[in-house]
Amino acid sequence: MKKVLHGLAALGILLAGSSAFAAETATGANHAAEPTHFPILAPKEQKWSFAGPFGTYDKAQLQRGLKVYKEVCSACHSMNLVAFRTLADLGYSDAQIKAFAAEYTIQDGPNDDGDMFERPGIASDHFPSPYANVQAAAAANGGAAPPDMSLLAKARGVTRGFPLFVVDIFTQYAEGGPDYIYSLLTGYNETPPEGMEIPEGTHYNPYFVSGKSLKMAPPLSDGQVTYEDGSPETVDQYSHDVSAFLMWAAEPHMEARKRTGFSVLVFMALLGVLVYLTKRKVWSNVEH
Amino acid sequence: MSGGHSTYTPKTGIERWIDARMPLPRLVHDSFVSYPVPRNLNYAYTFGGILSIMLVVQILTGVVLVMHYASDTSLAFLSVEKIMRDVNWGWLLRYMHANGASFFFIAVYLHIFRGLYYGSYKAPRELLWILGCIIYLLMMATGFMGYVLPWGQMSGWGATVITGFFTAIPLVGTWLQELLLGGFAVDNPTLTHFFALHYLLPFVIAGVVVLHVWALHVVGQTNPTGIEVKQKTDTLPFTPYATVKDAFGMIVFLAVFAYFIFYMPNYLGHPDNYIQFDSLKTPAHIVPEWYFLPFYAILRAITFNIGPIDSKLGGVLAMFAAIAVLFFVPWLDTSKVRSAVYRPWYKLFFWLFAINAIFLGWLGSKPAEGWYIPAMQVSTLYYFAFFLVIMPLLGLFEKPKQLPNSITEAVLAKNKGAAAHPAGATAASESNG
Repeated sequence: MKKVLHGLAALGILLAGSSAFAAETATGANHAAEPTHFPILAPKEQKWSFAGPFGTYDKAQLQRGLKVYKEVCSACHSMNLVAFRTLADLGYSDAQIKAFAAEYTIQDGPNDDGDMFERPGIASDHFPSPYANVQAAAAANGGAAPPDMSLLAKARGVTRGFPLFVVDIFTQYAEGGPDYIYSLLTGYNETPPEGMEIPEGTHYNPYFVSGKSLKMAPPLSDGQVTYEDGSPETVDQYSHDVSAFLMWAAEPHMEARKRTGFSVLVFMALLGVLVYLTKRKVWSNVEH
Repeated sequence: MSGGHSTYTPKTGIERWIDARMPLPRLVHDSFVSYPVPRNLNYAYTFGGILSIMLVVQILTGVVLVMHYASDTSLAFLSVEKIMRDVNWGWLLRYMHANGASFFFIAVYLHIFRGLYYGSYKAPRELLWILGCIIYLLMMATGFMGYVLPWGQMSGWGATVITGFFTAIPLVGTWLQELLLGGFAVDNPTLTHFFALHYLLPFVIAGVVVLHVWALHVVGQTNPTGIEVKQKTDTLPFTPYATVKDAFGMIVFLAVFAYFIFYMPNYLGHPDNYIQFDSLKTPAHIVPEWYFLPFYAILRAITFNIGPIDSKLGGVLAMFAAIAVLFFVPWLDTSKVRSAVYRPWYKLFFWLFAINAIFLGWLGSKPAEGWYIPAMQVSTLYYFAFFLVIMPLLGLFEKPKQLPNSITEAVLAKNKGAAAHPAGATAASESNG
């Protein structure tokens, strides 16, 4: 009887699991020309220095990413939540941060005369927005404001589906955001399938999460940003660097988090062993 | 079980002085030291202790978060980000609190399933069970309102959808929804309402937990055999036996909790909640927190009108009924035997129910389209059939296995059997400690 029951339960799990898997595959198989589920292609999984339990940001990469943001993305995308002072995380000195901030013009005020005035940025300022307000941003970009980039790496993520979402717990996959941003930035050169209509003024990108095409034109081209450290000046490299930078912008305390986590888990493991041995000793004199 | 005489003897003058005036040490001693527990409790029985720790974690982290949070639609999202970036250890507090809600629910689901498996709800523990259901309901309200506070896209749209359920109720529905929202749509009054209630409800939960524990200490714990305690050898004092076992269970649970806080803090959340709420931009798929997903699937399973009840009201009724049915479980189960260990057929249906519940949760995360809809309907049907058909009928038809005469006998027989046939150890692991 017991065996039968276990067999039935196992069968149930198997059935539920396989039907779930079948469903995931079925949703992936869209009609090529008129897909209904997005993105059309799953993000390309990349290697990141900050992945895994001991992951750390690559400071040189973050500095390059900042350069890409500053010279390309920041023309349209704000990054309101990030303060210049936090750029110390990227390995910059106080003097460098001061100089960096001073390159920006910040509106301040009102002063004692009641007037708004402009002044060079200081370390405690946040990155200024390229537009005066959301309406101006929307008006300049065909009706939709470009999203703020402070949290973009955590605000984008493609549903992983069964069984990947279970596997992710054990592999600690938490890089869906940067993978998505990288895939989008490098996904413009794909040609749309035959018969697909691409609306005027939009650009086909099979990695875009909410449609077949988006308004943002391919923002990066080879050689566009000059790197001083000899890294390749390619769209692929730019995309990697800016994705890593955005991950830092969204989660600046990630290194401290993972470091603390390791100490906590080691402590829990030791405490767990001690308490378990205590439990064994306490219970050794009773049958249970 | 705890009806026996107190064994507390004050040793020092101060203890005697306090004991004569307000015997709190005596209450603690009788409840957590000398309190007799069945000697065969397994780790499934550690979740009560784990849940009380989680409530404390949530209240402590919550109180500190409130010191930095601003309950205003123009500031809420930014204040949460300020906590994440600028408050010392703010990221830890917030990730603990957000993941703490999830782990609170993981623990409560395991606690409820343990109760269903071992028949913990049966007489004389009906009130204990019902108090537990009330705590669960309060947790759901607290969790839902807490999710609204960061004022992300899923916060606002989740609130829009869930408060929208109330409009399905005839006559008073719209009034009720506007009362909750503090207006016609999710806006600043909604946020302030939910913030006040989110701060209040955990203390209400703590109050009901006291009643829950009180009721438990009157009737005593069940155990994997489901047989009542009959003799002194059936039990052990709570301290050190249950204390140390609970402590180990808590450490394992908290280690998994820590793994998520430090390595996968956003795994259980939704990326859209890192986008500030915009009442003009609807997300592609609005999904509630994972712990509501089975009920969300039940809600959307009702796609047809039943007589005068349209599908919308039908879905809402089915969803509320899915929770309400839990309150009646003590009377729906007609079996004379408590524990599934001695009920082969109930055991089968129980595990099917558990698998079905997880499947419903997965369906809840999917859009209501294609084959998902019939799957939701079949799963919903089994959910209700388990409580309303299987539970009442199985008690009448099922032939339970031979019950041991006492807990002591069960423990001794198991250990003897395990010693004689090591291969049989797996079969007996049901009641293993």
